[in-house]
Amino acid sequence: MGNTLFEKIWESHIVVERQSGPSLIYIDRHLVHEVTSPQAFDGLRMSNRKVRRPDLTIATMDHNVPTNDRSLPILDQTSAIQIQTLEKNCKDFGIKLFDINSPNQGIVHVIGPQLGITLPGSTIVCGDSHTSTHGAFGALALGIGTSDVEHVLASQTLWLEKPKPFEIRVEGKRKNPHAVTAKDIVLSIIKNIGTGGGTGTVVEYCGEGITDLSMEQRMTICNMSIEAGARAGLIAPDEKTFDYLRGREYTPKNYESLVDSWKDNLKTDSDAKFEKHFILHIDDIAPQVSWGTNPGMTCDVTEPIPSPDEFSKGDPNQKKGAEKALDYMALEPGTLIEDIKIDRVFIGSCTNARLEDLIEASKIIKGQKISPNVRAMVVPGSQMVKKQAEELGLDKIFIDANFEWREAGCSMCLGMNPDILSPGERCASTSNRNFEGRQGTGGRTHLVSPVMAAAAAIKGHFVDVRKMDLS
Amino acid sequence: MESFKKVISIITPLDKVNVDTDQIVPKQFLKLVQKSGFGKFLFFNWRYDENENKKSDFVLNDSKYDDSKILVAGDNFGCGSSREHAVWALLDYGFSVIIAPSFADIFFSNCFKNGVLPISLNQKIVEKLQQEKDAIEVDLEKQIIKTSSEEIPFEIDSHKKKILLEGLDDIAQTFQYENKISEFEKKSKIPSVL
Repeated sequence: MGNTLFEKIWESHIVVERQSGPSLIYIDRHLVHEVTSPQAFDGLRMSNRKVRRPDLTIATMDHNVPTNDRSLPILDQTSAIQIQTLEKNCKDFGIKLFDINSPNQGIVHVIGPQLGITLPGSTIVCGDSHTSTHGAFGALALGIGTSDVEHVLASQTLWLEKPKPFEIRVEGKRKNPHAVTAKDIVLSIIKNIGTGGGTGTVVEYCGEGITDLSMEQRMTICNMSIEAGARAGLIAPDEKTFDYLRGREYTPKNYESLVDSWKDNLKTDSDAKFEKHFILHIDDIAPQVSWGTNPGMTCDVTEPIPSPDEFSKGDPNQKKGAEKALDYMALEPGTLIEDIKIDRVFIGSCTNARLEDLIEASKIIKGQKISPNVRAMVVPGSQMVKKQAEELGLDKIFIDANFEWREAGCSMCLGMNPDILSPGERCASTSNRNFEGRQGTGGRTHLVSPVMAAAAAIKGHFVDVRKMDLS
Repeated sequence: MESFKKVISIITPLDKVNVDTDQIVPKQFLKLVQKSGFGKFLFFNWRYDENENKKSDFVLNDSKYDDSKILVAGDNFGCGSSREHAVWALLDYGFSVIIAPSFADIFFSNCFKNGVLPISLNQKIVEKLQQEKDAIEVDLEKQIIKTSSEEIPFEIDSHKKKILLEGLDDIAQTFQYENKISEFEKKSKIPSVL
């Protein structure tokens, strides 16, 4: 019997395998940021340990960096200390840092691929659950906790239980690929399999609906694997993958010979067996909007908000969850999505703040003004994305429409920096989590694609972006 | 890490599914650079109102649970962010056992690094445990939960059990395989970043 892509990567990274329980897996790339690393470096110091492979480790600051003028001092003292701590740790342990003034600074999951650090067939970890993003390149990319960050710093390995392979096949073609996006595909998947549907698995996304996507769109898909509970998500590399990484700043010198070996090896064998399957047909899917407090609580833009009974399909615990979510979101069942008014728009995050996302959103914005009742911001995923967007004049389009045009960082995806919602504010957000208080205590988040967020900014309420001119 | 053997305590029922780590420790408290002191932030937005007064309807604010060491929650506990701060907060507050029908993978793994025992049990058994008023005993060695009326066995991977029982340092364990790691590095074809 053949092997899945995930199994091939797993097998080729086993350092120690036991009869039962976890295996010791070698880690090829370790990405570090300021929030989940200070305690790990402290642990190394206390035990007098070194970083085993600084040459396989890079760091940046993204979670709590301010996104306003970078020449100003950081006012939040605790954020400033965390950022200084990362600087000191990288200096003390010899780790390459893309600091707040670096042209390569940005959200760690945006800069990894952009710099050619993310590679097919590799194992990648980061103390952040959205590490699954890098799976778009055919890597096994896992989010880990701080103790594991320390373990990888010290040993370049991790003890891991082998997850089960889960095939998610995306079939068909979208009628309007500018309006129905990768975000809508992945939200549809999560809506169907649930927030725990992928627990204990590594998802391989395949089918025409996936191979049709660009690399940046594939990253959006893999990014949200964790929202279905999956340990990781990945996509077999193809010519698009190899082209994307060619010639980037940190792409390996022997890249072409690596590509040759990847072409032969990095695919699931035709007779490989998956433990779980799900098929999504995308010919007729609509833009998605989340209405509740987890990403599984999502519906079509054309649908009314479901009642807790309709949503829970008889599960009393899910019903209770839906009642609580509607209460928190201040929404009534039966309300049409398009009738929901919004106060804020956030275009950003490791899910949807790459150049293509900004280009697509700008097409909606061009020549328009946002609703006077809405405050909207664009936070590019990296300083490089920001620069490329500015070269295309996108900044001007957004600023002319009264959007705020910001510096790179995680920003209002999780609101660790000053970019937060006020209590009760309702936001159309291109980020990945609509948990209670995620974007600010009492804030209400609706997850949408960049074009849906842009359209909502103009209209002041959600609107089916398929009705708008996207040519 | 302290070794984990047995815990005897009343349970705290947290009757919610999909409890995410953003609820366990909201992001405004992730800026500390040490591991200690997170207990006061546990379930902060559920425990306190906007003026930081205790909300009377939240279970942790009922003083009868003040000394409880066992949290019994709903399905998919600990989903979302990988923040280990969630486990540090639970432990610092006083919880060393979490029982639920299922856990999110990263949270589950983080528990064992900090001497917290997560136990997944059948939904019906969890619902019954949530009603338990008397102290229960969680015995890791025997893999048994004793209530006033019954004994409930639970599963745990033998490697993880050993780590908890002996309070082992994960990294020191791994260093026993130093020669294997070096061997792997010699044949590994992945180029360095720089």
